[in-house]
Amino acid sequence: MRYAETGFNLEIDLSRGNIERVETDPRLTELHVGGLGTSAKIMWDRVPPEVEPFSPDNLLIFSTGLLGGTPATGANRTIVSTISPQTLLMAYSMMGGFWAPELKYAGYDKVIIRGKSPDLVYLWINNDKVELRDASHLKGKGATETAELIRQELAEPKAQVASIGLAGENRVYFASIEQGRSSASRGGIGAVMGDKGLKAIAVRGTKDLNIARPAEFMELCNEALKYITWRNENPIEGVMTILQGLGSPQEMAVHDEKWHTENFAWGNSRVRRKGFWNEEIAKEWMETLDTMRTRLISCYNCPMKCGATISPPGQPTYMMKCFSKLTYTMGAMSDLDFGLRIAQRATEYGVDGFSTPQVMAFAVELYEDGILTDEDMPGFPSDNEERFYWLLDRIVRREGIGDILANGTHWAAQQIGKGAEKYAHNNIKKHEQLPLKLGMLNPIYFLMYATGAKINITQIEGQFPQAPFPTREEREAFVKDWSQVPDEKFKEYFLDWELRGEYSIPNYPTPEMCCDIVEWQETMHYIDDATGICAGLSSFPLKPPYHIHNLPKFISSGTGIDMDEAGLWQAAKRNRNLVRAINIGRGMRRKDEKPPEDHWRRRFPELEAKLLDTYYKFKGWNNEGIPTKESLHELGLDYVSEDFEKRGVYSDNGDTPSKETSTEKDKEV
Amino acid sequence: MGEKKKKIVKRINVDVDKCNGCRACETACSAFHATPKYGSVNPARSRIRVIHEPLKDIYVPVFAGEYTPAECMGRDKYTIDGKEYDECAFCRASCPSRDLFKEPDSGLPLKCDMCESDPDLKEPLCVQWCLADALTYEEREEEVEEEVEQEEIDIGLEALADKYGLEKIMDTVARMSESKKG
Repeated sequence: MRYAETGFNLEIDLSRGNIERVETDPRLTELHVGGLGTSAKIMWDRVPPEVEPFSPDNLLIFSTGLLGGTPATGANRTIVSTISPQTLLMAYSMMGGFWAPELKYAGYDKVIIRGKSPDLVYLWINNDKVELRDASHLKGKGATETAELIRQELAEPKAQVASIGLAGENRVYFASIEQGRSSASRGGIGAVMGDKGLKAIAVRGTKDLNIARPAEFMELCNEALKYITWRNENPIEGVMTILQGLGSPQEMAVHDEKWHTENFAWGNSRVRRKGFWNEEIAKEWMETLDTMRTRLISCYNCPMKCGATISPPGQPTYMMKCFSKLTYTMGAMSDLDFGLRIAQRATEYGVDGFSTPQVMAFAVELYEDGILTDEDMPGFPSDNEERFYWLLDRIVRREGIGDILANGTHWAAQQIGKGAEKYAHNNIKKHEQLPLKLGMLNPIYFLMYATGAKINITQIEGQFPQAPFPTREEREAFVKDWSQVPDEKFKEYFLDWELRGEYSIPNYPTPEMCCDIVEWQETMHYIDDATGICAGLSSFPLKPPYHIHNLPKFISSGTGIDMDEAGLWQAAKRNRNLVRAINIGRGMRRKDEKPPEDHWRRRFPELEAKLLDTYYKFKGWNNEGIPTKESLHELGLDYVSEDFEKRGVYSDNGDTPSKETSTEKDKEV
Repeated sequence: MGEKKKKIVKRINVDVDKCNGCRACETACSAFHATPKYGSVNPARSRIRVIHEPLKDIYVPVFAGEYTPAECMGRDKYTIDGKEYDECAFCRASCPSRDLFKEPDSGLPLKCDMCESDPDLKEPLCVQWCLADALTYEEREEEVEEEVEQEEIDIGLEALADKYGLEKIMDTVARMSESKKG
């Protein structure tokens, strides 16, 4: 018997309408843990670099994590992997909610989708009964609307539904997959789902999920819950409010947005508005949130309340979480009322809350600077807020200028030309980033931005404070109960870290220390991405309930697999390298590993080069960032280096430009 | 009339305004009642279910009550603060009218037992796992009239005496005791 996992995947071939239930190899669980790890293995094996994002051979994998659906608090993430049409690299966006646990209870760990359906369909998984059903009547329907309609027609109110809206159907490069209160939205995975002709996956499961050593596992769960209660009552001192607690930043709960509105950039990630937040705005925004927010809500088996139900007067109710609260507001230089209203429409269309406002603000800026004209945008409204609705409607339908903008700022700028490239300034690896523009280079963040495979900073950072504390006393107080550190040396790094002087950024932490700090932070995320535990209780907040010392125990007692700290660290490293290998195979090299040019005002090219050199060496990668034969051997990934040698990857010094063509080749301007 | 007697009343207070719909209660319940204890989880087996419709802002944790072999003569539907709740949403019965509170495989009825176990939990596990405090637990002592309970043997003998007459019963008992001695 398999424990914590079901041991079965569903293989769906949409081209032929074939459905199979396939038993998985338990050895892969030991090597890759599950979730992203085992999905990356499948991607490596079955999606070679020649396969384009919109090829029927591209896979779209919906995965649970190894601990998903067990009583482990917050183990509810759905990890979706595919090749992104936007970055042309592997995308692995994820969502909380209720979908993954339901899939486990239906008896499956993953749903692996290949091929393309000639007509729009949806997949209905009801325990052992799995069928593809016609979705022609759902064409053009909103994502939330679709979920409701499917539940009604199946007469199964308990079914969990992941669906795409119009944006996914029309292959918008930043289309999301929505699931009620959560969405997997980075990297354009919704576009791949739409390309495959798959409108939704509904799942209902009523089977048992087994635990190997029940009493031990439950004891760990109870300890975690006790710690969460304590931690919620004892916020961390010395860091900004949103970083004090657990969960994802409690955007749905807080009213005070001084920090975000004055430190994050507005418009096309351009202006910081010091002094923006005043009493009048605070009052107005508080009224808006209090009027529209009906309830704070949770994901499956998690006490945190990171989401909310939002009912804008006169519009349908929707669910929101985290920072999409402000991205539309700030992109449009507007207010919270506008932000919460347009987000309702955007959620039904199914688009990413980071990329979408950025793309629209980019278009507005191009228009104002005369690069896009009335000829390109006939009927473009003069009212600022109207412009954003106008653009959103056209992007998701790929109408007129919307067809170009739907490819994201990087590709759109190339298609528009006339200097538009300079306006697509906030990307890493062609992917829009948080609108942050800061002063002094932070060496830790430099490495995470440059090399993170998720291409999204909030999914890499977390365990180490973002900035030093002013006094040694405060630092000593912080490290006193810092039990989560994998090694005591991290306390030393932090204790010595000063705001100014010799021991301050950019020269301290030293490149060697930065490598340790980055590796710790990213390792914790790779573990979460494999176990399906939410980063909000684990890798994202400071001093979380889950950490390297108790996660191996959860895995061992949950699954019966022997797992210790070293073994789990090694598995996370294996997964990190496998995802990287997939991207290396697709041409990613050192030249691609850089933060947005204007992310920091003060840059240090020599130091940055040294940081990257040191980090690559530390990770066992060569100077181009390619994992060496030796380091791959150590991870049991000889098959990767063999493939690299066969393909001549090691002799590729990065001079050959990686593929620089948009996925929508037929639609050049 | 009998004497006054003390009785422990166990109560779970449900505050629907505090429920965030995480369903940790369902997870904990199904794990607690699994064999072996905590050996599996399956919310479909849980004796508490959160009836929830997020878009309508409806969140009602309901505990499994008695099994009933037949539906009520009619249904009920409540509207509270403008929110229309599902038919029978507040009913705790395991009832033929719905699939709630039945074992998913056998269809056998499920009933909340307040996690009675040895050793006793300090409060039912669903309550312990509800960090939102939508579920809280209370025990109180109540004085109840103690009815004079007839013992089982009294009831049986009385029925026999009604049927055969007391004399015949006594004769039979005497004969039976003789033959036992012999």
